[in-house]
Amino acid sequence: MDISIQNLGKSYGLQKAVDGISFDVKTGEILGFLGPNGAGKTTTMKMICNYITIDQGDVIIGGKSVKTGELKKYIGYLPENNPLYLEMPVIDYLEFCAALQQVPKAQIPDRVRQMVRLCGLNVEKHKKIAELSKGYRQRVGLAQAMIHDPEILILDEPTTGLDPNQIVEIRELIRQLGRQKTVILSTHILPEVEATCDRILIINRGKIVADGTADTLRKQSQGQQVIRIKIDDANTESAFQALSGLPSVGMVDIIDGTNGRFEIQSKPEMTANKDIFLLCAKNNWILSESIPFETKLEDIFRDLTLN
Amino acid sequence: MNPVWTITKREFNSFFDSLVAYILLFAFLGFSGFFTWLYGADIFIRKEADLQVFFSIAFWTLFFFIPAITMRQLAEEKKTGTIEMLLTKAVTDRQVVVGKFLSCLLLVCVALLFTLPYYISVAQLGNIDHGATICGYFGLILMSAAYIGIGLFASSITNNQIVAFLLALFIGIFFHFIFNFIASASTGMLGEIFDTLSLSRHYESIIRGVLDTKDIIYFLSIVFISLVLAEINISKRG
Repeated sequence: MDISIQNLGKSYGLQKAVDGISFDVKTGEILGFLGPNGAGKTTTMKMICNYITIDQGDVIIGGKSVKTGELKKYIGYLPENNPLYLEMPVIDYLEFCAALQQVPKAQIPDRVRQMVRLCGLNVEKHKKIAELSKGYRQRVGLAQAMIHDPEILILDEPTTGLDPNQIVEIRELIRQLGRQKTVILSTHILPEVEATCDRILIINRGKIVADGTADTLRKQSQGQQVIRIKIDDANTESAFQALSGLPSVGMVDIIDGTNGRFEIQSKPEMTANKDIFLLCAKNNWILSESIPFETKLEDIFRDLTLN
Repeated sequence: MNPVWTITKREFNSFFDSLVAYILLFAFLGFSGFFTWLYGADIFIRKEADLQVFFSIAFWTLFFFIPAITMRQLAEEKKTGTIEMLLTKAVTDRQVVVGKFLSCLLLVCVALLFTLPYYISVAQLGNIDHGATICGYFGLILMSAAYIGIGLFASSITNNQIVAFLLALFIGIFFHFIFNFIASASTGMLGEIFDTLSLSRHYESIIRGVLDTKDIIYFLSIVFISLVLAEINISKRG
């Protein structure tokens, strides 16, 4: 099922939490939802799940508006702080959720067993949720979101509180699920978005500020290609002069004069690699390192949201 | 399975998972039993084979007992955020409210079931009026339904259980005796209006063995209005 968000808006008093955002998510796509605290991520997710009322615009899932309230059973939702009935044992809780999501009674034990296996809850399944650690509670939260095999998964910070091994497992799980389902997940952990998501959406103050894959975002924010090189057996000063003189090179920085390290920024829409290599070959310099410098997602994020 | 019943079952079980159900059953049966059989104007002083004593005691014990079971119903869900998890499942606000209402009513019915030995004992002791007694139990259930409705409404307003408890008692006290008090103190139209509003008047007429549709409609409309208000309250979020 595709999700189409059309000019969605929500205000709290005078403050616009979500300010007319529009985007589409297709089946088989994992969308990473990024933004600083208070950007409107959670509000948007709550509106998609029809938990809070929509002030403006609409969310259309599979051709139907969520305002009808009929779409809840197609959505699996993991709320932000993962609220659970602490007094219930894990198995009972999952059975309760399955029954509420209209899983046929005969299939409930099977689904619960699958979820327990999938989320690694086997050891803890008879404990009360209150007795579980944060990581295990998070797994229960994921299990309850997926219990009815929903078409759409909305996960608000799914990996908080998990240990590194579990994070890898959950990411893998989300990737797998993402092949047939529509997934929207929000997170603060930027490498996670790169590892899991097909597409990244950054919002700030209720507005979309970036939309694309990690690569396209990088290209957009970075502009020119940057490489770091190391040249052995060369006089720093003459190497600097020669490099600056190349037609494709925009700017040269000496990082470490004694070791011959430079940072080179190409001119717009040009790559300097070839020219640099030929220059070194001509002068018998040894080009011992050449590292394309990637802008980190963190920097893009900071650029777009700090203003 | 109907979502209402799924919720009712979970809520009912959760009474017994925590100590709430045991403590309240114990307190209810303890108080009611003590005053019915052992102390004050008890059955032996009255020397009549009926449960009027129990019915007037239960009228008060349930009045305190019910806000204690309804206070957490919605207030706690709101405080811990579980209401978000619940309402994003394939259920409507109404189904949640009705499910919780039924679970509380079921718990009260269990409490009343434990007083059946009173009925049996008195029936052994003398010639009990079965009609009036069954009518009395029916009245207790109707009254409980009304207070559960009020309790759920109070619980839907706040996310603090103590506030919900006190608010339920505060609203309840008007129905329980203030309206009655005003009705006896005033005459004419005003007296009649408060007479109609007073829960105790309707209750008294039922436990006397007179089953009037007016009384039944009275109780059911309190249930209906308070549940609708509770539903409206939980639908206002974010």
